[in-house]
Amino acid sequence: MLRIRVQHEAFDSGAETAALTAGRTDIGAVVTFTGLVRDHALHLEHYPAMTLAQLDKIAATAQTRWPLLGVTIIHRTGDLLPADPIVLVAVAAAHRAAAFEAAAFLMDWLKTQAPFWKRDAQGWVAARAEDDAAADRWKRD
Amino acid sequence: MTKLLYFAWVRERIGSDGEDISLPPSVATVSELLDWLSTRSPAHATALAERSRLRVAVNQDFADDYTPVGANDEIAIFPPVTGG
Repeated sequence: MLRIRVQHEAFDSGAETAALTAGRTDIGAVVTFTGLVRDHALHLEHYPAMTLAQLDKIAATAQTRWPLLGVTIIHRTGDLLPADPIVLVAVAAAHRAAAFEAAAFLMDWLKTQAPFWKRDAQGWVAARAEDDAAADRWKRD
Repeated sequence: MTKLLYFAWVRERIGSDGEDISLPPSVATVSELLDWLSTRSPAHATALAERSRLRVAVNQDFADDYTPVGANDEIAIFPPVTGG
């Protein structure tokens, strides 16, 4: 089960996790990652048609690499305040290794492959080399 | 017509979120498109000056300098992404 949403509204990670496992008895592990706006208010711009295409592709890649039983990705856009949740990745699998690894992969790839741009009071936020390095560790020939 | 889209500071520096244009015959790749676009106005030249800070998508997928471009393509030009 794949759920991908891009929205301004806040999300409830508990409700999303419950939805991921509702009615299932084969899921043994759920890993959720929630990213929060840190320190400064942000404005999030994105390229809607490509954002959805890229998130679909990233999720499909994760599903080919790990035996996943559910993936939820939610990314917020627009004006957000410090401490606001900005991104949710939730992954369900039979066992924990697949869930942990796939959640880390999804976040690392989302950071470098999904067309979102952050702006704060100082201007557009620059991309970080650490994010590229984190994504590179999942690359395969 | 080819549809061009600009995002983040590329949009701000060009002063537009996009334009529909007819590509000249000299433009067949992403690299040639950026060269030609830079000659369209001083704002385009400024926005597109630092190639290493630009990313390009053709039909919603990441492209490189050699990716072909043509009529009916949707081409987006933007800075490295910073979501998550």
